[in-house]
Amino acid sequence: MAATQVVRSEWTKIRSVASTVWTLSLAVVVTIALGMLISALSRSEFDSMSTRDRLSFDPTFISFAGMSLGQLAMIVFGVLVVSNEYSTGMIRASLAAVPKRGTFLFSKLAVATALALVVSMATSFAAFFLGQAMLGEHKASLGDEGVLRAVIGGGLYMTLIALFSMGVAAMLRSPMLSLGILMPFFFLISNILGNVDATKKVGRFLPDQAGSRIMQVVPPLDDDTPYGPWGGLGIMALWVAAAILGGYVLLKRRDAQ
Amino acid sequence: MIEAVGLTKRYGDKTAVYNLSFQVRPGAVTGFLGPNGSGKSTTMRMILGLDNPTAGQVTIGGYPYRKLPNAPRQVGALLDAKAVHGGRSARNHLLSLAQLSGIPARRVDEVLGVVGLHDVARRRSKGFSLGMGQRLGIAAALLGDPQVLLFDEPVNGLDPEGILWVRNLMKSLAAEGRTVFVSSHLMSEMALTADHLIVIGRGQLMADMSVTDFISANSADFARVRTPDSEPQQREKLSVAITEAGGHVLPEQDGALRVTGLPLPRISDIAHDSDVRLWELSPHQASLEEAYMRMTQGAVDYRSTTDQKAGLQQPLPPGAQPPVPVPGQGQPGWYAPPPPQQGGQPFTPQGTPSQAPAGPYGAPGVPGAAPGAQAPNPYAQPAPQAPAGPAPAAPPPSAPSADLTKPEDAR
Repeated sequence: MAATQVVRSEWTKIRSVASTVWTLSLAVVVTIALGMLISALSRSEFDSMSTRDRLSFDPTFISFAGMSLGQLAMIVFGVLVVSNEYSTGMIRASLAAVPKRGTFLFSKLAVATALALVVSMATSFAAFFLGQAMLGEHKASLGDEGVLRAVIGGGLYMTLIALFSMGVAAMLRSPMLSLGILMPFFFLISNILGNVDATKKVGRFLPDQAGSRIMQVVPPLDDDTPYGPWGGLGIMALWVAAAILGGYVLLKRRDAQ
Repeated sequence: MIEAVGLTKRYGDKTAVYNLSFQVRPGAVTGFLGPNGSGKSTTMRMILGLDNPTAGQVTIGGYPYRKLPNAPRQVGALLDAKAVHGGRSARNHLLSLAQLSGIPARRVDEVLGVVGLHDVARRRSKGFSLGMGQRLGIAAALLGDPQVLLFDEPVNGLDPEGILWVRNLMKSLAAEGRTVFVSSHLMSEMALTADHLIVIGRGQLMADMSVTDFISANSADFARVRTPDSEPQQREKLSVAITEAGGHVLPEQDGALRVTGLPLPRISDIAHDSDVRLWELSPHQASLEEAYMRMTQGAVDYRSTTDQKAGLQQPLPPGAQPPVPVPGQGQPGWYAPPPPQQGGQPFTPQGTPSQAPAGPYGAPGVPGAAPGAQAPNPYAQPAPQAPAGPAPAAPPPSAPSADLTKPEDAR
């Protein structure tokens, strides 16, 4: 069973359902539009900010503000790509055709991740340039120190979010269950844990908190985060690896329902 | 060639398949029969390596499926017609499956033509009827031109033309020397399609034999004897005479008699000697459906009861007759004649023949009610978890209703 066959088949699957187009375009539109909106608001509020806030003003990070919502669409994309197989029962036909389940899962993840990476990178660059355009005289440019890293990192962050969702969906199989856990987690719980003082030290090791560090160019003033931008992305990558490993082990062992 | 040895599958404490051993040979259509929930689909999934057996193994051409080289080109399967992403077109669905196995896209258009779906190939499968879904599933099974084909309930939802088409397709595939394994719960369909039968009930093997052997081993031959309607005393007289001659008589609802244990000429002689005129004397054979129902009677998991409509029915007006129940509903024994005996006496002498208890919708075929219940039944393997099964533990024939509920209670 050549992996290229599975990759080709997965590409047919992913391009032939409407949910791919919907979720990905929603991720693009929401991320860019919200980023532009918040950038425009920040520009008009800059004059009324305190000195302290002005010192830690991070134009790059602000243009990525839309990612907090845009990543939810990415989560839906990741979850649906995997759990569609289970909710439709297609998994039985797929696994009957590809008895080597590892080949099947990793080919599927590779195709979906490649697609997510292309879309995320385009989104990240578009969100950056359009956001900077909104910021007017406060804007950063791609040549500034750390900015290119942040923009590329933004694309990687969105890709990893999608991949993490695929791993979780491979473990849980049900789209409703996967979305019901991932959406509130990334939208609410992670933010709460990361902002409440008591849980801050734990919260910043959560995948999205750690991963979003790479999009910061100007760190907050009293920053005591124990990892750098790439370290944070590494922590996120570990989470992703754990989710995929869990999905793989369960797929390998379990009956294909 | 599919070969199962001691195949067992448990889900928690529920045993879906127990110690199943059989072979499915090439060049024939093998029917896989069993009531709903008897483990047919579980067995099919284990053959395809989708479920791991708890014990035992099943191989295709000597390999477990997951170790089979180039499996999708050797084995094709229709498991579930609805297992399709509704938003994907039929062609894209098949294309993704074809690409998985390295099958060229040309072949997709070929099989779409074979199953008659080329006109709707680019429509989303969401709008497909069940019959169209079955055709799409069959197309998927044919994609790799495999030597071994598995079909789980392929005729569900098909129109008569489609059923005929599936039947001929199965036969022609087998005639080309392929191994064709078809599950169904419709005995009548299998009687027309299959050459060989594997019958399971509650996950256990009940029969593994050719269709012709199955019929002759399971069907009870009997003679229908009809005396003039106007003279009931002639019927009484003939019944007594036949019983004295060693035959067994069971009255039918329309006044005819079912006679077993005597050849037709002998019945005619007895009638002549007793001076009874005959309107009918005809040989009959129980259908395959009846044989199958009888065999699986004790192994049916889901059985309907008569709807009593408690608290919903108006009291009948005085003098009104209660509605006649629909034949068969809630009365599982209705279709099935009693089990055949080696000695050729399928029917129980229940009291004197004239007062035999077969009312219009009574259960003439109380399982295990025959006197020869101890006689070796080659298909009834003792069911360990169902001691109240059909043949072995036969309750007295006078309590048929109690007997019929037992297999359910024993679950």
